[in-house]
Amino acid sequence: MTDWPLLSITTFLPLLGAAFILTINGEAKVVARNARNVALLTSVATFLVSLLVWTNFDPGTADFQMVDQAAWLPGFDISYKMGVDGISLFFVLLSTFLTPLCILSAWEAVQTRVKEYMIAFLVLETMMVGMFCALDLVLFYTFFEGVLIPMFIIIGVWGGPRRVYAAFKFFLYTLLGSVLMLLAILAMYFNAHTTDIQVLLSHPFPASLQSWLWLAFFASFAVKVPMWPVHTWLPDAHVEAPTAGSVILAGVLLKMGGYGFLRFSLPMFPLASHDFTPLVYTLSIVAVVYTSLVALVQEDMKKLIAYSSVAHMGFVTIGIFTVQTQGIEGAIYQMLSHGIVASALFLCVGVVYDRMHTREIARYGGLSNRMPQYAFVFMVFTMASVGLPGTSGFVGEFLVLMGAFQVNSWVAAFAALGLILGPAYMLYLYRRVIFGKLTREDLKSILDLSPREIAVFVPLILVVVWMGVYPSSFLAPMHASVAKLINDYQLVQTAADPASLALR
Amino acid sequence: MELPNFSLALPEIFIALSGMALLILGVFRKQEATQGIAILAVITMVLAALLVPAASGNRAETFGGMFVVDGFAVFSKLLVLVASSLCLVMSVNWLVKEKLERFEYPVLVLFATLGMLLMISANNLIALYLGLELQSLSLYVLAAYQRDSGRATEAGLKYFVLGSLASGMLLYGSSLIYGFAGTTGFDALAKALEHGAPVGVIVGLVFVLAGLAFKISAVPFHMWTPDVYEGAPTPVTAFFAVAPKIAAFSLLVRVMVGPFGAVTAQWQQVVVFVSVASMLVGSFGAIAQSNIKRLMAYSSIGHVGYGLIGLAVGDQVGIRGLLIYLAIYLFMNVGTFAIILAMRQKGRLLEGIDDLAGLSKTHPMMAVAMAIFMFSMAGVPPMAGFWGKFYVFMAAVDKGFITLAILGVLTSVVSAYYYLRIIKVMYFDEPKEALDRGVSGSLTFIMGVNALLIVVFTFIPSPLVSSAGAAAASLFGG
Repeated sequence: MTDWPLLSITTFLPLLGAAFILTINGEAKVVARNARNVALLTSVATFLVSLLVWTNFDPGTADFQMVDQAAWLPGFDISYKMGVDGISLFFVLLSTFLTPLCILSAWEAVQTRVKEYMIAFLVLETMMVGMFCALDLVLFYTFFEGVLIPMFIIIGVWGGPRRVYAAFKFFLYTLLGSVLMLLAILAMYFNAHTTDIQVLLSHPFPASLQSWLWLAFFASFAVKVPMWPVHTWLPDAHVEAPTAGSVILAGVLLKMGGYGFLRFSLPMFPLASHDFTPLVYTLSIVAVVYTSLVALVQEDMKKLIAYSSVAHMGFVTIGIFTVQTQGIEGAIYQMLSHGIVASALFLCVGVVYDRMHTREIARYGGLSNRMPQYAFVFMVFTMASVGLPGTSGFVGEFLVLMGAFQVNSWVAAFAALGLILGPAYMLYLYRRVIFGKLTREDLKSILDLSPREIAVFVPLILVVVWMGVYPSSFLAPMHASVAKLINDYQLVQTAADPASLALR
Repeated sequence: MELPNFSLALPEIFIALSGMALLILGVFRKQEATQGIAILAVITMVLAALLVPAASGNRAETFGGMFVVDGFAVFSKLLVLVASSLCLVMSVNWLVKEKLERFEYPVLVLFATLGMLLMISANNLIALYLGLELQSLSLYVLAAYQRDSGRATEAGLKYFVLGSLASGMLLYGSSLIYGFAGTTGFDALAKALEHGAPVGVIVGLVFVLAGLAFKISAVPFHMWTPDVYEGAPTPVTAFFAVAPKIAAFSLLVRVMVGPFGAVTAQWQQVVVFVSVASMLVGSFGAIAQSNIKRLMAYSSIGHVGYGLIGLAVGDQVGIRGLLIYLAIYLFMNVGTFAIILAMRQKGRLLEGIDDLAGLSKTHPMMAVAMAIFMFSMAGVPPMAGFWGKFYVFMAAVDKGFITLAILGVLTSVVSAYYYLRIIKVMYFDEPKEALDRGVSGSLTFIMGVNALLIVVFTFIPSPLVSSAGAAAASLFGG
């Protein structure tokens, strides 16, 4: 089994499903039903294959595993190369886990152009998985940018009233960030004469070049994360995107930035990373405090969760740049947890949106009377979002703070402010939507979760609790890779230190 | 007297003879033979394309050094022949539908193509001028082909007047070069300029550059492009957008790196300026357009700017990037124009961007193809257009043209806006009045094949990249 190119299968299986859906023709209703079924089957099959990747993964080594390689661009040292290590493994799983849930959640919510919708999601899955597996910079970039195409279509076609504005903003913002990264990739190619990530990880780039490369990559990843002040595309995109689109945006696309920092910025430009750490800390702290405050005053449920995402991702960037075992593992854990929890929260919003067609918080209240199951599900994810011990959110935030405290106690103190503000806006949201008297007439006939919706939420709840109670099954495979990353980083710093001292 | 080696010019001779034969056939058979002649003209070009590689091998000259054949010429000629024949195939249907069946059309396309092939193989300023004029005169007539339409005749006249001005500049530049260097042959010029060029030659070179910049519609000689693109009949616009550009680009490359390779530093700054200006005008100019042909005109100006980055770098890597860019540009553009030609409503040809509204609902496959072309033109991977930009930026970064590369990527983001606008109209807007169904088979075929090529290129890049690499190498004596 292990001889199979598991990663390539995981990556391209959804594309195959998309191609199959493209060939479905006939009456609109039949096409829609078949497209849904094929999409669900394909994405579930993809998830099962990705579970094989997990079971075949050897946590004892920091090397890339299950590497597939094939010639791609002739005459250059640019090849098709896929592989995973402890850092990327769970992002692959996160993508394949969320896609079937997205497809299931859109089962009834999406009634127009179902065929195109399913194709867009499957193509999106291919791009996401491929991006996390890519072991060649050019290949990475191809997937990284390719994500924009299906996402643009998803926001623009199935989105809310201001979807056109949101889709353009999303596309152009992220494109602007990433074209600079493209130039940096080309510059790296001419410095190292290869774009093989494995080789580049140990390639010493000259210190003067590192700063420019770091900034170019930062332009791209900071937009993706998103970091303050380039986060403004996110609330727009989230609010206008259809539910499943928001899920993938929050669940996976935001992680591309964090993953990029871990895969490229830290190990490839360690000197520049060290120099720019204060900048990252500052922006992250502003993100944590400022966007939390902004979240407090939101009237729109999706917008509130969108701002909370920016705050949570601020924790992630702090964790990454502490370059401590706890910090980095906490950051990865926080990304995974946020991927699940924020996705689930958007799904929760989707549930009431499908019924009432509004996301305005003031339009709700007292839902616990009519929807006890929903109230429970929403509560689980609200608690996970604020980091209650026993849920996934706690582990990530705790580890990040622990890492941050070892490096800079001020940073840790400011970041901890987020822990206070987080519950404030989340519990406030929960109270306004779920508790209180059920006074509105149209809410009096609202229905509780359907079996399909329960089927969507159950796996998410299980994962949240599993991640909160027994983190080791997720942390253990990361250890080796994270340890190597930190070790390499420290080696470079100590080697550079006497040199920089001598310069002074 | 020894006869020149005719075999090297076999494709050109074949096209010239066929063109004359078809002209005679047309005169005798009158208008009803138009379709037949068009098909024969396409077959002629396909056969000529088959003859092109046969004449290759290593670099060889004939006709007293006037005519050269090398890997670079073979590559460019194949591109031109593919472009011309695809455009002619698209035109046949249009000629019938618009009731414009006149046999001169395919013959003119054939002669224009002959002129382009001669330009590509020109190895002397005189041969260059002859090829260029043969091409231009045919194009002037084609632009005004729809002679009852005021717009088309205006376009033809505008093109003719400005084109003649450009030709005049080119000729004046050539005479200056001849006066100061004493020769018009490219090989002899290269030798004469080995140790720097006199000021007169540089001035002449700038005039030649200006003339050629007009032909590729590079800023600041782009003013005619939007008007002519909009006014000329759509299949002619499609033809203008690809074939003559490829030919003129090849000619420009041959002139710049061949005889003037020694004074690269002198012309490089001019090309860098022209490139940046074209990218800026192309990306900002298109934003406000509502006519899709006008938008394509600005888009092509922008693309010329990106191609010129390759020339500005001026080495083998740069020229390879340029050739790849041209090849991909060819397929994107032909495909897009096939869709524009399919935009009919009650038999009337439409040109407004808004007329595409809701295309994804009424013509889903056509919308997918158009989306592929637009994402490709915007340079978003995994579409081929991204790789075109990738290779030219690669050359620019390699040689340290960082500012040029940064301006290039930034303008590409600006231009992404208007390409996305077309996708927005097709996918996000509701259809107003559906376009006609029953798009002709040839157009569907061209759209489909081009869209497929654009997507597949990412997976199988090697045939194009290697042959472009070999073509660029042959220019540098590799």
